[in-house]
Amino acid sequence: MEPIIRFENVHFTYPEEEQESLRGIDLSITEGSFVAVLGHNGSGKSTLAKHMNAILVPTEGRVLVRGMDSSDEEHLLDIRRTVGMVFQNPDNQIVANVVEDDVAFAPENLGIPSRQIRERVDAALRQVGMFELRMHAPHLLSGGQKQRVAIAGILAMEPKVLVLDEPTAMLDPHGREEVIQTVTRLCREKGMTVVLITHHMEECIGADRLIVMSNGSIVADGSPAQVFSQVELMEREGLDVPETTRVLHELGLPTDVMDPETCAERIAAKLRGSSAASEYPMNGR
Amino acid sequence: MLKDITLGQYFPGDTIVHRLDPRTKILVLILYIVALFLASGWVGYGVMIAVTAVCMLLSHIKPANIFKGLKPMLLIIAFTAALNLFYTKGTPVLPGWIITWEGIAQAVKMILRITLLIAGTFLLTYTTSPMELTDGMERLLSPLKKIGLPIHELTMMMSMALRFIPTLIEETDKIMSAQKARGADFENGTLVQRAKALLPILVPLFVSSFRRADELAVAMECRCYHGGSGRTRMKQLHMTWQDGAAILLFALLLAGMILLKRFGL
Repeated sequence: MEPIIRFENVHFTYPEEEQESLRGIDLSITEGSFVAVLGHNGSGKSTLAKHMNAILVPTEGRVLVRGMDSSDEEHLLDIRRTVGMVFQNPDNQIVANVVEDDVAFAPENLGIPSRQIRERVDAALRQVGMFELRMHAPHLLSGGQKQRVAIAGILAMEPKVLVLDEPTAMLDPHGREEVIQTVTRLCREKGMTVVLITHHMEECIGADRLIVMSNGSIVADGSPAQVFSQVELMEREGLDVPETTRVLHELGLPTDVMDPETCAERIAAKLRGSSAASEYPMNGR
Repeated sequence: MLKDITLGQYFPGDTIVHRLDPRTKILVLILYIVALFLASGWVGYGVMIAVTAVCMLLSHIKPANIFKGLKPMLLIIAFTAALNLFYTKGTPVLPGWIITWEGIAQAVKMILRITLLIAGTFLLTYTTSPMELTDGMERLLSPLKKIGLPIHELTMMMSMALRFIPTLIEETDKIMSAQKARGADFENGTLVQRAKALLPILVPLFVSSFRRADELAVAMECRCYHGGSGRTRMKQLHMTWQDGAAILLFALLLAGMILLKRFGL
């Protein structure tokens, strides 16, 4: 299947900066998948995200969104309505004083007839569970609620891909949970392609694919279990791995699984193995 | 202290005043203000007070809210009243006094005029959401687009400014607390010292506002904002017979005030 977003040898340098922020990225994102991008500040993960809807265009190489070249001005609006982007600070993304007016902003810009806007706004608010609060003033909502309004504002464009650039960085644990659950549900139930940029390891566990960025390059790419199993690499990048993986690693066992059940079985197997070999069994029976 | 600012505040409701088209309300307010300035005699002021009271009753806005909004204006009202009280020529209240009967009358009228002016304006902003208000403005001013004025851009800026008032107030509070924690003193000292103490608040506030503006611009672009051309609205404005009636009534009020002025009432 043709990937929905494709990066072809993308290099990017910010104006008035010498170091490249992206150094030759090749990447294909499949429709309907949940991709997490993990990396430290300055690893280039936000720069990568901003290339997905032509906020930035490559200095070298090209980005194709459904076959449309992002450097082509003609496709700009089409690309932006295909790939929606949610940012870190919800306060700086909300443009109106009433929740539903804010959600209507994007479809209004697209020139959609008013009756259809109404339908889209209601549908988008229901998808993020904010329909009851549609008449509220955004500044009276909690951080997680605000971010869900921002997501609804993007959903009202009916995009194919939802790119979230550290959407939980400014939220409390409860708000983070709300946002990640909403996004996961959108991907699993509505078939939305999700690209989640984050530096919280826990948020990547539910993804189909995990990409680790460092210094403008992709250093690891695979299923979360595969990527986290490379414990040395993750430590070198200063990134955390899940507790289960860490325990398996410390015990010198294969680290290619993440779920606690399998992890426990492996440890039990090891204990049984070592107790059989030992003169003084740890466990009598 | 910053929480008291009532500018741009909106009390949602479902009264006839709330339901009127924002364009109607803006036009009606203009008619009301012209009529108010035409009032010169006691009868004229009486009519204006009655009209304001009826509007207030219809909109279910509590008079207390209007008076709360008047508070910051008290100084100006008092000053204007005092000037009129002392500088109007006429028959002195007691022989040898500066204060004249005409002065007292003039001062009372001035207080009424300013109070009614503010009350009328507040009735508009209290019953119309900022979005509707800017929408109405844009539509009313749209003929000016023909002579090249960027009406859409201006009204967009206005609605953004209104949207960010609460956010910036919150931010100011945060910066003030942060500076207080570092030993800043905003409450004591001479006027000059207190003005100087505001500098460490204004600088961070400006810096963060610029950053916000930058992020907001990118976020708006992500939502396909490309200026006013080809935009549609979710809530379309449409006038009903009630709007026609409201405009007619206030036009009649204006005509009545012109007549009253003629007869010097």
